[in-house]
Amino acid sequence: MEGILKLTTQNVEYVAKLARLEVTNQEKEKFTAQLNDILLYIDKLNELDTTGVAPMSHAIAVTNAFREDKVAESLGTQRALANAPDARGEFFRVPKVID
Amino acid sequence: MELYSLTIHELQEKIKNGDVSAMQITESVFSRINAVEERVHSYIRLMKEEALAAAAKADENIKKGDLQPLTGIPVALKDIVCTKGITTTCGSHILHNFVPPYNATVVEKLSAAGAVFVGKANMDEFAMGSSTETSYFGPTHNPWDLERIPGGSSGGSATAVAADECIASIGSDTGGSIRQPAALCGVVGMKPTYGRVSRFGLIAFASSLDQIGPFTKDVEDCAIMMNVLAGYDPKESTSVKTEVPDYRRFIGGDIKGWKVGIPKEYFVEGIDPEVAAAVQKAIAVVEKCGGKIVDITLPHTQYCLAVYYIIAPAEASSNLARYDGVKYGLRTADARDLMEMYTKTRRQGFGAEVKRRIMIGTYALSAGYYDAYYGKASQVRALIRRDFDEAFQQCDVILTPTTPTPAFKIGEKTDDPLQMYLSDIFTISTNLAGIPGISVPCGFTAAGLPIGVQFLAGHFEEGKLLQIASTYEKNAAIEKRRPTL
Repeated sequence: MEGILKLTTQNVEYVAKLARLEVTNQEKEKFTAQLNDILLYIDKLNELDTTGVAPMSHAIAVTNAFREDKVAESLGTQRALANAPDARGEFFRVPKVID
Repeated sequence: MELYSLTIHELQEKIKNGDVSAMQITESVFSRINAVEERVHSYIRLMKEEALAAAAKADENIKKGDLQPLTGIPVALKDIVCTKGITTTCGSHILHNFVPPYNATVVEKLSAAGAVFVGKANMDEFAMGSSTETSYFGPTHNPWDLERIPGGSSGGSATAVAADECIASIGSDTGGSIRQPAALCGVVGMKPTYGRVSRFGLIAFASSLDQIGPFTKDVEDCAIMMNVLAGYDPKESTSVKTEVPDYRRFIGGDIKGWKVGIPKEYFVEGIDPEVAAAVQKAIAVVEKCGGKIVDITLPHTQYCLAVYYIIAPAEASSNLARYDGVKYGLRTADARDLMEMYTKTRRQGFGAEVKRRIMIGTYALSAGYYDAYYGKASQVRALIRRDFDEAFQQCDVILTPTTPTPAFKIGEKTDDPLQMYLSDIFTISTNLAGIPGISVPCGFTAAGLPIGVQFLAGHFEEGKLLQIASTYEKNAAIEKRRPTL
């Protein structure tokens, strides 16, 4: 975040691709302007010197939460597939992945 | 007095004395819904059939003398908590047809406590919003002024309580989504400590910030709900194994000698003068009750919003990657290959605000930017938490306004995301630090819009919040006004 990075519509297109989102040209323009506004606002964090500050990723200090390795009730195939847009047998069916 | 207008503890008295049945209460609430729901739109889905069956069962239990903490009490659920066999949409097109195969832990707990579920309350899509305008199912209207927003994201849960379309409700709070709508709708709303209430079955938005909590008509009801909701859950590894006190015993407890911190950073320019005046009055009431007012400082307050708008979207972009058209929810009809199915499904399924946040989050986590954004924000988050740790060395609780302004007009801020985000400026720090907070009504503007005061305490000190909030509520004697609908 050294200095203010200005996002271009190409950047937005690239980020949309990473996020698996199809965006229209109109959305691209709008998002570019809005994301730049937000990034400009966020840039104020650079006023702060955070050298040596340990990052906080969690609100409460919890260590590993282990439980006994015990077999318990699970959903089962039928219920796990019940919401699938296209299920066949024991599988989720999707359009072709490779040509 | 109509049954729908009563509190949990008032109804419990009547049930215990045999004055009313659970069925009468549920029927009263549904008659109210019939009268006002068309104008308010608190609900995405009503559960009348299930509610009547649950009320009948409650009456059987009452006859047997089996009275649980919420027996026969109609409760609304934000449509972000999974209900087995009942469509759960999260306010989104992408989940419009999702029928969860299991219940959220809070649903199990409420059910075991005898609650009667009224319906699934409207919300901003994936809880991303401050006004309930981003719901795929249309906006919710503030019962105090139907042209205004109810706040958000748990807007429907707040209006359902404010408009007497249920007795209490469940919301979720990631940056203020319980406390802000509670303030704008004139009801009580609590965000518990992170880890106090199980998030199992809560559809994830930002996992390090999300927390479930109650909306109620008064502080005693909040304690009753917290008694049911709080506690460790083996299914949720971030829920915490600490003892849960009986929250009801804090109600009305005296606060003589308590140090009440007033952070100067929360009383700055931009705050509505009527809100400022109402909160000053609240401070005077707390002082009259024996609270000792101390000036404190939370120096990193001005950075909270910037930190939040990196961390929450970053976590959201990761959490929402699961909506891909494969396992549940919407799938686009016209995809030639897998990649196109993902991108088109997500384009059709998500609304503009959700897309915007996925984009910010994806960018903030992308190669080369992670340290500059997420890393930096996580460091500043540590400083924000340190501010609170230091403040609680000097005071027992903190008092602030819940929101900078009363409810704004529908449509007023939809084209300006940053302005919208600013309405959460006093509630976001709580989630970043993981501490509990409660919003309590503290008056009305001249135009008749509700105003809220917020109390904050250290981790797992919900009891303190209930103690000061109930004492404040009793002594402030805010006019018991109800919206005219």
